[in-house]
Amino acid sequence: MEDVVNAVVLVTNFLVVPATAYGCQLALGALGVTLVYGVLRFSNFAHGEIMAFGAMVTILVTWLLQSWGVGFGPLPTALLALPAGMAVTAGLCLLMDRWVFRFYRRSKAPPVMLLVVSVGLMFVINGLIRFVIGPADRVFTDGTRFLLTVREFKALTGLSEGLAIKTTQTLSVVVAVVLVAALFWFLERTRTGKSMRAFSDNEDLALLSGVSPEKVVAVTWLIVGALAAVAGTLYGLDKSFKPFTFLSLLLPIFAAAIVGGLGNPLGAIVGGFVVAFSEVFLTYPYRKFLAYLGPEDWRPDGLVQFLSTDYKFAVSFVILVVVLLVKPTGVFSGKSS
Amino acid sequence: MSDFPATLSARAGGMLRAPRKSALFAAMAALICLVGVAQSWSLALAILNLCLISAIMTLGVNIQWGYAGLFNAGVMGFAALGGLAGVLVSMPPVRPAWQAGGAGVVLALAAALVTIVAAVLVHRRIRQRGYRKLAVALVVVAGCFAARALFDPAVRAIEAVDPSVTGYLGGFGLPIVFSWFVGGALAAGAAWGAGKISLGLRADYLAIATLGISEIIVAFLKYEEWLSRGVKNVFGLPRPVPYEVDLQNAVWFQEWAATLGVSQVDLSSIVVKLCYAALFALVLVVLMWLSEAALRAPWGRMMRAIRDNETAAEAMGKDVTARHLQVFVLGSAVIGIAGAMLATLDGQFTPTTYHPLRFTFLIWVMVIVGGSGNNWGAVLGGFVVWYFWVEAEPMGLWLMDFITSPLAPDNPVRSHLMESAAHMRLVVMGLVLLLVLRFAPRGLIPEERR
Repeated sequence: MEDVVNAVVLVTNFLVVPATAYGCQLALGALGVTLVYGVLRFSNFAHGEIMAFGAMVTILVTWLLQSWGVGFGPLPTALLALPAGMAVTAGLCLLMDRWVFRFYRRSKAPPVMLLVVSVGLMFVINGLIRFVIGPADRVFTDGTRFLLTVREFKALTGLSEGLAIKTTQTLSVVVAVVLVAALFWFLERTRTGKSMRAFSDNEDLALLSGVSPEKVVAVTWLIVGALAAVAGTLYGLDKSFKPFTFLSLLLPIFAAAIVGGLGNPLGAIVGGFVVAFSEVFLTYPYRKFLAYLGPEDWRPDGLVQFLSTDYKFAVSFVILVVVLLVKPTGVFSGKSS
Repeated sequence: MSDFPATLSARAGGMLRAPRKSALFAAMAALICLVGVAQSWSLALAILNLCLISAIMTLGVNIQWGYAGLFNAGVMGFAALGGLAGVLVSMPPVRPAWQAGGAGVVLALAAALVTIVAAVLVHRRIRQRGYRKLAVALVVVAGCFAARALFDPAVRAIEAVDPSVTGYLGGFGLPIVFSWFVGGALAAGAAWGAGKISLGLRADYLAIATLGISEIIVAFLKYEEWLSRGVKNVFGLPRPVPYEVDLQNAVWFQEWAATLGVSQVDLSSIVVKLCYAALFALVLVVLMWLSEAALRAPWGRMMRAIRDNETAAEAMGKDVTARHLQVFVLGSAVIGIAGAMLATLDGQFTPTTYHPLRFTFLIWVMVIVGGSGNNWGAVLGGFVVWYFWVEAEPMGLWLMDFITSPLAPDNPVRSHLMESAAHMRLVVMGLVLLLVLRFAPRGLIPEERR
């Protein structure tokens, strides 16, 4: 019996906890992509860089706060800096829209043109980030590292397997839940949120009903910028901040958004978790897990790993392919055209 | 996609502007000569060679974007497959590795193939809906385990063979020029797969699917050491042109250098680069001729019709998805050829150098700047953008030095700016892309009205 409990703890420690935190980060990223898609109707390739930009601003403010000697007790100082990061990133998104996207929106350019334009912005933002903070790896988390350490858990339960929960993982979940709740409240209950959904469902009808397109677009960018900053910061806190990684995050984020159905916020959240859990579960070596469950003194020969961790993106890609083949509108039926 | 910008403006632009085209190409040649005079001729030729390869890659992307409006975000992957072709064709086979694990790898690949065939057969045979998916899934999972059981020990055996020098299967030991064809074929195959899945759906899906497939291709090349040596890189690909050392040892060459009055080292490097340039220019001319012929032919007219109004073309009985797949495969094959040529020029295969900003998005800047839909424009874009990409570094450093000259040399702001100057070229390229799209969407050489 104890073996079974140990096996469960092992899986929780190495799979469930990290995948939940990662899923929250992906869901926040995918929400941004899906909102842009729903309202502005194009896939924003610059989204990864917007996330990186938000994380960068947060890091800079964190350093400033730290240099003043301001801390947040057991929590990372970055949490204090986060509102500033969200505000600056939302401002960046508004500027991007004003200077770049608005022209194409008004001239009714096909979506693929907006996509190419977003690639140009990706270049610019990526270059700016490297210019300001450099391409190096940055660890900017402080405060208490663990909410629950392996030793504490073992002492508490007397099991041979430990369970550790990092502060940053808990933070990812808490912040994501709060933000998503606020977002859904906004979309479902407020007048602006309702007009956003109406605009996303049927632009012409919404315009006829007196919805102001400029306001809807501006609010969307504000939300997208703020969400991207949070997603980037949480990812950076949990792992580390490196400008290059955000370009490769683009694929899992798009996969998550497409799985849930592009344009569907609820789908983006579910998609984020689907991608995160599949990625973690398919690249984990199950050797020790099976050893606990199998007979006494028995161990599998190999690592029992479905896929090497080097092929993490392949998982999101395969999910993407399956969804495109089976149900191109996504599980929650977003837009297909 | 009735208002594809390039055509819209091409109609307004009207007639063909031959003088403008010649003037722009002459200016480009002058710029390259400027490097020859100001820096060195060897550098100028090195830039020219990469310009030629960039031009071919741009031609490939232009076939997809300019002819059909397809956004390929996976140029990097197709170019990397071309590089792999360079290794597989030209490197000598590693006999001990083949003995150790060749049979195992071949058997594993055969098992994978059998699995696919079996899955297709099962899918066709079983009619009941619920059972069909279950049966296919069972076949695929069983096939995966069988293939892995054969594959893993074989790979371990291959990678254990003298890992510091080989540790991979090697290639076929053929002349490297063949790899240009093979690279095109590999890229075409990958493009067919990606296109089959994502074409016919939204335009964005192709972009995302190609982005994914290119990441996977590069990851595959990095980690499958039995095939490509992975991050240990493959050095010393055989050359299609003579080696500098051989030239310097040849008597006729020494005499020639003496009569010209230049050092043998300089002359040999220039001669080798000229040989490469001639080969690359030949490929570019052939591809250019083919593309122009295709555009003039009824096929080109059909592609433009589809690009400008898919619905109307479909109503006229054109199979839009099939034509898109065709043009996507053709364009990717051209990119694959360019990728193989790049590996040939480098003389090595280093999977870590494939970075999306350099290989995918920079090529996009080239196409847009040059003029989407016009092959001449694409070629010119490849030249111009590569030239400034390379020369931006000295220019950027000089500019930063000039701007920060009022500050003391050890000022932290100044040193940070000087260090980061290299990153500014990304910003500049992005700005160029945005400005061209906004204010001159037809590019340097607009699409001709036909």
